[in-house]
Amino acid sequence: MDRFIEDKTTRVEVSLDGETKKLDFGELKTGGFIKQRQRDLFTVRLRCPGGRVPTDKLIEISKIAHKYSKKGVIHLSFRQSIEILYVDYKDFPELVKELEAIGWKVASCGPRVRVPTACGGCEYNPNGLTDTQALAKMVDEKFFGTPTHHKFKISFSGCPIDCARTREMDLGFQGVVEPEWEEPPCTGCTICAEACKEGAIESDPDTGKPIYYPDKCIYCGDCIRACPTGAWRAKRYGHLVRIGGKHGRWPMEAVEVALFVPDEKVPEVIEKTIEWYMANGMRGERIGKTLERVGVEKYLEFMKDVFGDNVLEAKEAACQQK
Amino acid sequence: MSAEVKPVDTLDLRGVLCPMNFVKTKLKLESMQKGEVLEVILDSGEPIQNVPKSIKEEGHKIIDVKKEEDHFRLLVEKGE
Ligand code: HEM
Ligand code: HEM
Ligand code: SF4
Ligand code: SF4
Ligand code: SF4
Repeated sequence: MDRFIEDKTTRVEVSLDGETKKLDFGELKTGGFIKQRQRDLFTVRLRCPGGRVPTDKLIEISKIAHKYSKKGVIHLSFRQSIEILYVDYKDFPELVKELEAIGWKVASCGPRVRVPTACGGCEYNPNGLTDTQALAKMVDEKFFGTPTHHKFKISFSGCPIDCARTREMDLGFQGVVEPEWEEPPCTGCTICAEACKEGAIESDPDTGKPIYYPDKCIYCGDCIRACPTGAWRAKRYGHLVRIGGKHGRWPMEAVEVALFVPDEKVPEVIEKTIEWYMANGMRGERIGKTLERVGVEKYLEFMKDVFGDNVLEAKEAACQQK
Repeated sequence: MSAEVKPVDTLDLRGVLCPMNFVKTKLKLESMQKGEVLEVILDSGEPIQNVPKSIKEEGHKIIDVKKEEDHFRLLVEKGE
């Protein structure tokens, strides 16, 4: 933790243009400066919600990285951000000024809401059911840097393949679609039964028409996409909400707490979840531990009005946590 | 209806893996006129899970499907 410059001190003496100035990290209002093992050198982590960077900005970021990285390298972090390596801390003010000039920001660290991660989602991924990129942008604008008891990681996956690993997040939103079948256009071709990888659809031996087993369905929408006639359709889209996951030394798998939560409810889910965490958690405790200690059912009780009918049974949720 | 439709050509894609089976279908369809019909034979499993939805995404229409042993016979009408 003493490597964490923003917690160690907020003011450092820096010599700039022959003058001694105070560099105020509090003023920078970010914590994306991470001490490297090399003396005086830091990694500067940029804020790239959803891992998306417009190419015109990327060109400018490249120029800045090229100018300030003593080794001329960047690293793509595991949470989708660009990290400029080997930056001399005396260059921070200039570096930040240049980033500001192109309208780019530095990421956060420590016990607060982190830059959200997201997969491609429905904008361009064929499997995508939700607009993960738009949601990551919204969360970044609304919640980035909100203080919490410990780090708070949010991610968005567009479908049950879960590339953005919502099971390992403090709060994860995974796209789902509920399929609905109508008899008239169905020709009994059996493609949907083949397309469903979960065994949730069997073909009637006589007619070839689908027999649907909702218990096995994971709401991926493969049947809808495969059906040539449009007999399978999307009834509703939404998010499967997962909470309390983490990775690191002792990974925890998140608990599933709500299903088919619509896009417009996402900000409220985040806001109320953080409110509950701040009221029930302890300093340095991830929300997964808080849920274990206090009880998932207490959380669900608190979230009753937000989740409404979308809530998953507390019993179910607790079992899945094992 | 499907019985009267005459495919202009047939692609037997048995044993051809994803995504080459779709690429071959796509290339063939591109050489055809709108409204013409192509017959495509696909293995069950991955090919039948993936190729029909890709065909739909590209704006073509699957007008008939027949299951035969371990493969499917599709009639695809070229779209825009
Ligand atoms: C020396 C101590 C540290 C170690 C060993 C360490 C290790 C790690 C590891 C393994 C990850 C990857 C986890 C992931 O993909 O989510 C990670 C992520 C992260 N850590 Fe640290 N960390 C250290 C200190 C810090 C400090 C001091 C900060 C804040 C100033 C910080 C902020 C973050 C952030 C924001 C992420 C998410 C990474 C991203 O955006 O890609 N870490 N850390
Ligand atoms: C003031 C700064 C920090 C404090 C107070 C802090 C504190 C903690 C604590 C208490 C844990 C839980 C330990 C456990 O579960 O065994 C933890 C986990 C972790 N920290 Fe930090 N940390 C800080 C900075 C960082 C930084 C900068 C990184 C990465 C660059 C980082 C990466 C991690 C990772 C990867 C874990 C494993 C938990 C997970 O992501 O699920 N931490 N941190
Ligand atoms: S989670 Fe689904 S939508 Fe997102 S990248 Fe993976 S496959 Fe595509
Ligand atoms: S949504 Fe997915 S899991 Fe559910 S029936 Fe359709 S293909 Fe199967
Ligand atoms: S894929 Fe569509 S048309 Fe074919 S059996 Fe299933 S529901 Fe019926």
